[in-house]
Amino acid sequence: AGDGSGPVPGDGTDPPAPERVLFPPTFSVSEIKNKQRRHFMFLRWKQQQRKEKLALKKKRRKEREALGDKAPPKAIPKTIENQRVYDETTVDPNDEEVAFDEATDEFAPYFNRQTVPKILITTSDRPRGRTVRFCEQLATVIPNSHVYYRRGLALKRIIPQCIARDFTDLIVINEDRKIPNGLVLSHLPDGPTAHFRMSSVRLRKEIKRKGKEPTEHVPEVILNNFTTRLGHSIGRMFAALFPHDPQFVGRQVATFHNQRDYIFFRFHRYIFKSEKKVGIQELGPRFTLKLRSLQKGTFDSKFGEYEWIHKRREMDTSRRKFHL
Amino acid sequence: TKTQNFCRNEYNLTGLCNRSSCPLANSQYATVREEKGRCYLYMKTIERAAFPRRLWERVLLSKNYEKALEEIDENLIYWPRFIRHKCKQRFTKITQYLIRIRKLTLKRQRKLVPLRRKIERRENRREEKALIAAQLDNAIEKELLERLKQDTYGDIYNFPIHAFDKALQQQDAESESESDAEREEEEDDDEDVDKREFVEAEDSELSDFEDMDKLETSSEEEQEEEEEVEKKASHSKSKGKTPLKGPARRKRPYIEIEYEEETEPSTKTKAA
Repeated sequence: AGDGSGPVPGDGTDPPAPERVLFPPTFSVSEIKNKQRRHFMFLRWKQQQRKEKLALKKKRRKEREALGDKAPPKAIPKTIENQRVYDETTVDPNDEEVAFDEATDEFAPYFNRQTVPKILITTSDRPRGRTVRFCEQLATVIPNSHVYYRRGLALKRIIPQCIARDFTDLIVINEDRKIPNGLVLSHLPDGPTAHFRMSSVRLRKEIKRKGKEPTEHVPEVILNNFTTRLGHSIGRMFAALFPHDPQFVGRQVATFHNQRDYIFFRFHRYIFKSEKKVGIQELGPRFTLKLRSLQKGTFDSKFGEYEWIHKRREMDTSRRKFHL
Repeated sequence: TKTQNFCRNEYNLTGLCNRSSCPLANSQYATVREEKGRCYLYMKTIERAAFPRRLWERVLLSKNYEKALEEIDENLIYWPRFIRHKCKQRFTKITQYLIRIRKLTLKRQRKLVPLRRKIERRENRREEKALIAAQLDNAIEKELLERLKQDTYGDIYNFPIHAFDKALQQQDAESESESDAEREEEEDDDEDVDKREFVEAEDSELSDFEDMDKLETSSEEEQEEEEEVEKKASHSKSKGKTPLKGPARRKRPYIEIEYEEETEPSTKTKAA
């Protein structure tokens, strides 16, 4: 039998693999026809590979220690975030132009505390159970929000009515096959409109280890990783949904975390166990958003002026390029 | 129940395959059909049976419902009752559905956008990977601890004594190195504060700023009560986050004055 060295398992008890298994140079594990033997040989080969790898690591570590201070710095593993293509619209903290823009854009009255946010949440026609429940939960999360059902009303007609009743923001949740899959967020007095694709929506009862219901306290807001100009404006849109003064008594926090152009929304209750440890408990719904388009005025699909549209062919070409 | 077949001929009057309603079986036949929103009466007579091209004679019916019915009647005068009746019925049905079409086009129409399966799958996969890379819990906890250190919560939580001390030490070191000029520069931009909030998670966020505003008052309250000038200095410059306190600092003189007035009477009463 041209098996190479090593015992052949015929009796069920395999002797321990020798330290260095010598295979004849023309041997390859995949050439053995017998499945059991082949499997055994393969396992042995794998073990040997692992041993070699471990030995290599140990050697490297010894060398590093031996060098002591003169050792070369540890290599940083490459991640997508590390390798991200530098976006020229990244906001620099000291940028005056951006500062000026933000002082004069549509959110300035909110940030100057002249307006209190009042949100209207609605859906597309004939919402099904999941969407309805999601709307209700969203309304508990966002303070000062109202849910109204859309019975075939045209958005273009709703908007002037909303403005007349002092609403500052409009959220429309689009539904497809009984699950919500889109979100249109529109800042009302002639503000920008953002259209998102919504995915992995989890209602409160589907979240494991969740806490009690969110209370009426105004939550804090965390906005993570909105770096570019576009990200900045979207972040401000989100911030404008919540009233300016969070009530710390409530210990609730709403997070919008942007990672690789996906915005994750979470709602937690936190508690400080000590000054270095904080515990968080997820309450409230969770969903992820991906920006599809940003329009300058309020919602108008035909004549609106689009500030940014996601064009798949142009923008999805590189895996390291993100826009938010 | 008796089942009936459908007739596939496009000139059929009732749609069912019967001897009496088959356009091929009857040499004298009439139908009503509509094209582009207008209704026509088609008639077939035995005289033209030899000329297939001229077989079906077409008459445009008026848009007015009653007038059209009269036109059908006068065109199909002396024709069998069955055909006349069925033509009028068919015409009624057609006008009704035309009306419905026109009404629907005025309402909002649901636009169906087809999903591309490959793209959906790609996006879902990328979302999962982004979720793993995001490490949301860690990020949120870090951010909350940052805010605690930055004193956004003020006096609510009692333990940050170590944080105070550490902050004190650091800021003392800073105050020796920093000059007043630097501080004044950083006081400049109001908006600087706003922007800073949206940059990387390491920097403070928006509500930080909002809380800062509200917080300056509460933190100053503490300060006045505790009468520690050092703390005032330390609060005024958090390590590297001075820009945040810029506008608040500008407002501070007003607030200080207020509180000084408040505490004075109390001391007076105590003395008395």
